[in-house]
Amino acid sequence: MILASVRKLKSFGIIGMNQRNFGLISRYNPRHLYPLVDDKLKTKLLAQQAGITVPKLLGTLQYQHDVKLLKEILQPHTEFVIKPVKGSGGKGILVITEVEHNLYFKPSGDAVQIADIERHVSNILSGLHSLGGKPDTVMIESLIQLDPVFANYSYEGIPDIRIIVFRGYPIMAMLRLTTHESDGKANLHQGAVGVGIDIGTGRALHAVQYGNPVSRHPDTRKTFAELSVPHWDKLLHLAAACYEMTGLGYLGADLVLDRDQGPMIIELNARPGLSIQVANAAGLAPRIAAIEPLATVDPDPLARIEFSKRRFAHTIRTDPLRVARTRSADRVVF
Amino acid sequence: MHLAKLRLYILVALIMGLGIGLILYKHFALGFPLSPDDKKPVWTIEARIDFVARGDPIIVSFALPPKTPGIVFIEEEFASPDYGFSELTSTSGRRAQWSKRTASGAQTAYYRLSIYDTGQSDLPDIADLPAGPEKPEFDEVFRTAAVTLLDQVRNRSANTETFTRELIATLNSNVPGQNQSLLLNEQSNEDYKTQLIINLLAMEGISARIVRGLYLQDARRRQALTNFVEVYLGGEWRLYNQKNGEIGKPKNFLIWQRGDQSLLDVVGGRNSQIAFSMIRNVHSARDLVVRNSINKQAGIIDFSIYSLPIEQQNAFKMILLLPIGALIVVIMRLLIGIRTSGTFMPILIALALIQTTLLMGIIIFLIVVGTGLLIRAYLSRLNLLFVARISAVIIVVIAIIASISIISNKLGFDQALTVTFFPMIILSWTIERMSVLWEEDGPREVLIQGGGSLLTAVIAYLFMTNRTIEYLTFNFPELMLVNLALILILGQYTGYRLTELYRFHALERRHDPGQR
Repeated sequence: MILASVRKLKSFGIIGMNQRNFGLISRYNPRHLYPLVDDKLKTKLLAQQAGITVPKLLGTLQYQHDVKLLKEILQPHTEFVIKPVKGSGGKGILVITEVEHNLYFKPSGDAVQIADIERHVSNILSGLHSLGGKPDTVMIESLIQLDPVFANYSYEGIPDIRIIVFRGYPIMAMLRLTTHESDGKANLHQGAVGVGIDIGTGRALHAVQYGNPVSRHPDTRKTFAELSVPHWDKLLHLAAACYEMTGLGYLGADLVLDRDQGPMIIELNARPGLSIQVANAAGLAPRIAAIEPLATVDPDPLARIEFSKRRFAHTIRTDPLRVARTRSADRVVF
Repeated sequence: MHLAKLRLYILVALIMGLGIGLILYKHFALGFPLSPDDKKPVWTIEARIDFVARGDPIIVSFALPPKTPGIVFIEEEFASPDYGFSELTSTSGRRAQWSKRTASGAQTAYYRLSIYDTGQSDLPDIADLPAGPEKPEFDEVFRTAAVTLLDQVRNRSANTETFTRELIATLNSNVPGQNQSLLLNEQSNEDYKTQLIINLLAMEGISARIVRGLYLQDARRRQALTNFVEVYLGGEWRLYNQKNGEIGKPKNFLIWQRGDQSLLDVVGGRNSQIAFSMIRNVHSARDLVVRNSINKQAGIIDFSIYSLPIEQQNAFKMILLLPIGALIVVIMRLLIGIRTSGTFMPILIALALIQTTLLMGIIIFLIVVGTGLLIRAYLSRLNLLFVARISAVIIVVIAIIASISIISNKLGFDQALTVTFFPMIILSWTIERMSVLWEEDGPREVLIQGGGSLLTAVIAYLFMTNRTIEYLTFNFPELMLVNLALILILGQYTGYRLTELYRFHALERRHDPGQR
């Protein structure tokens, strides 16, 4: 079958784009809060105020003539990430892992020159990657170091963890693993592997690449069965705290594990995508339906995490890849 | 939430109702046809008046057909060389009057009329009350015959209606009795018979009058008017065919004159003759209705696009198609889930396709975008600022379009000259976006979005070039309200998009307990 039946998808609680836009984003995310997450500098500042770890800011460039300063800013660093402040979907991110003889090396091993980086920076400043083509700011961040836990599960890149937080409750999580095909980017569209993560334990549940189930990392051939995300409680805590930080009722928190600094937040998203359902082989609807009736949101993130773990944890099975059925009790069509 | 929803639905219902109501009003009350192919027969009738002038002052007075709601007069023309002319309206009807101080020899005057039937039935004129029947004065023999005949007819009838019919039938009988023969006399011409019927009815106390009219038949010449009798029955005038007693106005019969005024009076001339000729043409019903409505200054038409100059009307023809394109885009995105590069870029492509024809348009689009992408790939190596680069792409696009025009002209493909209708700025922007998309998301995404845009554009094009849709959007701009209501409803759709059924199809397999 090429097309899924509407009735079945509904019974699994899969949420479609229209429903996401209508029932979640427009209902729970007031528009005036968007700049907090669309502007990564603002997000960073907010996170720092809230005591949340974020990648270190090495510098920013706001105007075209600042591009001349680029070399000076980059001088002391041998590895860094250049990002558009208002970029979305990982667009316009340039990662440099090594500098040698005026050559800058990308994770793939390709070398670029300072002129290429300057062009990239001026593209960002002109708004090429920003929403609506508005003039943008460039931020230069310290490079995140790959946590050895993921060494066998990523290819030329840093995996990130997307956690959907609904009214402060983490409801679904996914690990995005870079692959050769995704060119070291943690972007599912480009061929990164999405691994559904059990909210209760941080263990891998189910993995997909291009929407099709896979059981091993396509490059490292490592099976996902033993994969478990360390510092899981800390990650959940960081994600849940983003609710207080931004006030967004439906948000996607992108976190990474740094080898040295541990869990940190790299980006927040007011319009998180729906691929997480495919990675988890589960729909968001039942989980949202479990949170929606709550009259008040517990002000303590830890209490919310407990609630989420209790409600959304997978029952233990021998083969975690087979656990994927939505509990019928949660099957609430909304 | 529920209140908001209810409010929206009420709003949608109001907008939809208003739109449909206006459409129905225009269709039924003003006669706007719903199909572009609706045709109406238009009759052009020419009356030719001939007489011989004697050199005295001349006044020609000619009865003109009454204006009734059932018939629309498109045009009336009066022609006669060197004659003064005026149109007179009195209670007994309209008359044309030609006048001249002196003339001699054969004279001719023309009256030409174009009409069409609206299909509406003529409402009886309530104010049109009959004067009491005047008892005719007959000599004794004639009178006796008339009384006897009326007695016979009365015996064979039940009421006034059947009486009238029976009377006419009796007078038309193939084997006339003694009385009929006497009454009809040997000078049994049309007018005499009509007058006889009216007189006989008057003796019975029934009001009646003469009606002259013209049978409309295509390409007839030298026709004369036919006499009918109109009888006042039960508060309204009923038309009787005096040849067979049939009630009602026959199809294609134009009533020219009511009452016993003369049809034609010529003072200062002799041998006056009148002959009618007519011809039937078929016209677009919509053109006729628009012209008539403008003449009548119907508010909804007077304050509409029709009141604009033709040039602006043509612009609006195009503009009014845009909502259809918008609806297609909404459907394609919300229901189907097709990704396009730029939300409304497909509509602009569709507009260009309308000018270039489908196949040629697609070929041109692919050539321009393809070449543009190649050149853009080179530009990206030149290390340009963004705004400068997109400006450069605009110039490149214009150069490509110019080359296509020139080359195709040399090769003799005139069609490709329409390339200039493509929105160049939008094309440049598309090229720029696609090129970035290529660098960041790979050629697959470019194909998906480019193909999605083109598919949406083609579908929008097919709808926007549909003759009926084109006709309806222009002549019923109220359709926009219906369209708006539909889009408002579609904006509420929270179900799956078609492409999502594919996107999530792996999930279904996973959940299927039968499969592993």
